[in-house]
Amino acid sequence: MPLSRKVERRSRELADLAAWSVERLQAMGAEHCEVGVASGRELEVSVRAGRPELVKEASSSGMSVRVIVGERVATSSTTDLDRAALEDFFRRALEMARLAEPDPLALPPDPKELARRIRPLDLFDPRTDRIDAAAALARAERAERAALRHDRRITASEGASFGRSSAVSALATSGGFLGTAAGTYQSLAVQAVADDEGGKKRNGVYWTGARFVEDLERPADVGREAARRAIRFLGARKIDSGKMPVVFDHEAARSIVGLVASCVLGDAVYRRRSFLADKLGKRIAPKFVTIVDDPHLPRAPGSRAYDGEGRATRRNVVVRDGVLESFLLDTHSARRLGLEPTASAAGGGSIPHATTSNFFVRKGRRTPKSLLRGIDRGLYVVRMMGFGFDPVTGNFSRGAEGFLIEGGACTVPVGEITISRNLGELLLDIEGVGNDLDHRTAIASPSLRVAEMTIAGR
Amino acid sequence: MAERILSRALASGGDFADLYFEYRRSASLSMEDGRIRVAGGGVDMGVGVRVVCGEAVGYAYAESIDEDELLHAADTAARIARGGGGIASVNLRRRRPKNRYPVDAEVVDAEGAERVELLRRADAAARKASRRIVRVDASLVAVTKEILVASSEGAFVADHQPMVRMGVSAIARRGKRTEAGSSGGGGRRGLDYFEDVPPTFHGEEAARVALVNLDARPAPAGELPVVLAAGDSGILLHEAVGHGLEADFNRKRTSNYTDRIGKKVASPLVTVVDDPTIVGSRGSINVDDEGEVPSIHRLIVAGKLRNYMHDRVSARYFGRKKAGSGRRESFRHPPMPRMTNTYMAPGEDDPEDIIRSVNRGIYAKRFSGGQVNISNGDFVFSLVEGYLIEGGRITAPLKGVNLIGNGPVAMEAVSMVGHDFRLSDGMWTCGKDGQSVPVGVGMPTIKVDALTVGGTEI
Repeated sequence: MPLSRKVERRSRELADLAAWSVERLQAMGAEHCEVGVASGRELEVSVRAGRPELVKEASSSGMSVRVIVGERVATSSTTDLDRAALEDFFRRALEMARLAEPDPLALPPDPKELARRIRPLDLFDPRTDRIDAAAALARAERAERAALRHDRRITASEGASFGRSSAVSALATSGGFLGTAAGTYQSLAVQAVADDEGGKKRNGVYWTGARFVEDLERPADVGREAARRAIRFLGARKIDSGKMPVVFDHEAARSIVGLVASCVLGDAVYRRRSFLADKLGKRIAPKFVTIVDDPHLPRAPGSRAYDGEGRATRRNVVVRDGVLESFLLDTHSARRLGLEPTASAAGGGSIPHATTSNFFVRKGRRTPKSLLRGIDRGLYVVRMMGFGFDPVTGNFSRGAEGFLIEGGACTVPVGEITISRNLGELLLDIEGVGNDLDHRTAIASPSLRVAEMTIAGR
Repeated sequence: MAERILSRALASGGDFADLYFEYRRSASLSMEDGRIRVAGGGVDMGVGVRVVCGEAVGYAYAESIDEDELLHAADTAARIARGGGGIASVNLRRRRPKNRYPVDAEVVDAEGAERVELLRRADAAARKASRRIVRVDASLVAVTKEILVASSEGAFVADHQPMVRMGVSAIARRGKRTEAGSSGGGGRRGLDYFEDVPPTFHGEEAARVALVNLDARPAPAGELPVVLAAGDSGILLHEAVGHGLEADFNRKRTSNYTDRIGKKVASPLVTVVDDPTIVGSRGSINVDDEGEVPSIHRLIVAGKLRNYMHDRVSARYFGRKKAGSGRRESFRHPPMPRMTNTYMAPGEDDPEDIIRSVNRGIYAKRFSGGQVNISNGDFVFSLVEGYLIEGGRITAPLKGVNLIGNGPVAMEAVSMVGHDFRLSDGMWTCGKDGQSVPVGVGMPTIKVDALTVGGTEI
């Protein structure tokens, strides 16, 4: 879909500003520089008990620069884009670089490696900015009403919120790259609360989010799902400690995959903050597990045509048929590790580091239900809490909520327990991959079945 | 100008309006393996405009102090108003609160070389600890905020808020085993912080924890008595109790402490306080982000629930004169009830006796973070340093343990409280609804009769 004329004009303005900034910085003594400029608009509303609680609307813009003088690096950012103020800002950034120590590995990519053309990606919906506060409130109200009406056991609502954002950005580098990008995103979330025995409250959260308005789920469906999620936990209890098979639904699995993502980024690897640092080329999961970082998925939240250093992005297979095939690397971390960069640099003008785009486990053939088959006694995990992960060792232990699996099906709700296992062992112990992958989030996974984890409960 | 903008904000009605001016300067250095890799810093500036109408909030911001832009933001925020209220004119009265963080030499203004030297000392101390320390990273971040709050009810108050934070992480290796340790601290302090706590302390401490963890063994799984060490363990109180006492959750009736004022919610040994007045502490504020000069909030006294923490909206809802707990991340966000420095008051037990009273349990010394489900008080905490207690003595270090429990249940199970109160050295940041604010925590040594320990050994 073509961008609106307004967005095209805004893109041109930002590109001009970024290009001018690179020229000025070079004139002032920067040997290399990257300048990222972005401007965005956002609206956020929430309702509770049928009444508006918050309407927040704003537009913002900012610039981030990375400058290199004598192999010394500084980064800085500002929201004051007045050209006179920027000259002053550039001067301070260049002064700051003197504090850093020379690092030849910090130099930008060879200009030959920069993107020549920008791949068009379908990421901008002109309808997004046209959703006004009244329309946004109406969506949130519909969703909340559906949650409250779904079941008498829903006694309160933490509210429903709708947010939309649009952003236009430009990146210019001293290597000659100049690119612009535009994207939109909107989401609707509902949190329903049910009263359990003994005064304990159970909450259920559900949300929908997409780059295009038309891809959102219907508000009433979102509300009803939030209500269902609160009610299903009524009567949740601890179970006895023990070892058992665990099935992660796709939302819980996403959070496991997010931990894997954090351990394949270049910075984590060369800083030895990754249990996967020594595993390149080795088997880290069964043959039927493939993990991909794909920046070219249409309409996906993590898609982008170029990276923060101006390289054309590419699809990277991180784990192919169970073997760790590639880390995700920007120029700096690639040089540190003696590997080729994967065009994974984070946003222009920041401290250079690698990041993910759309990072996901490729979907399998099994339905989530069939993953439970054959489990006599196990745990179906739908939600996790806490931050119990040590990237250096891979030790993993988090709070979990879900359901007991008995005779191949979910029975009673379970809460206030932890599940533990070293992530390296957990990955090797994956027994099944579901077919329920969705790209609502940039990091995603289908349901996963793991042969054994330790449950700490009673 | 502030009076004109406030009048405009209330032009279409509304109960009250406020403006939050913010000018934020930051300076950061990151040292990787003994070399300053990047120098960073920047300026952020803007004004938030809020219009409150009953429980509804209209919010907008501008990234400048240009009057036309602010009037436009006022018009946007005013859209929430539905008639009524409104005022003819605003008369601002300047107030000067007592300064709880007088600082002579601010770190954000310190010479670059002086800041580099602080990091060098930390780095060298960590390396010197043992030849098993194979990598050290350190960072120094200084932020100074100037804020000014003006409200339609006449408040006009400014504050100067310095902040410094040093963090050191070390990696130790022995044979094939690799472990990490970290240490950090700071607060609303200047360079004088490093006279009280030399950078070498954080370097040595990071190395010590990494070396201890080389010998750590798998933790038990199941319910055990837990001794929480003085200081850092206050994070457990912050999560397990504090959040549930923020009045917005109780106004919405979604907290497990809803309607419990005056009731017994903890063991009679437990007294919990939120104290914004501690000199130089990370969570301290001279004035809250709604322009109110805050005082000490006694939340739980000898096991009985006394108070929630209020912002203006919840104080009005509960018919209370004074708020004082309204905080926000920046001018881009509306305020909400937040903690400042939250701690448990000391008791009478000797910390040695507390450990001696445990036959088999856990000694929890340092935490990396925690999370709570506000609606039912279920919490999870991750330990980065913990030990087994056997026969009344601290014995083996344990691998990354998680503690899971329920706030009110755990507070009932507090059976001993030490006389050794300690404030944690400033490094905690609290996240709520996407807004981060610096907080302080504190605790004496206490014994909780049973918590679920999420280890791997059954």
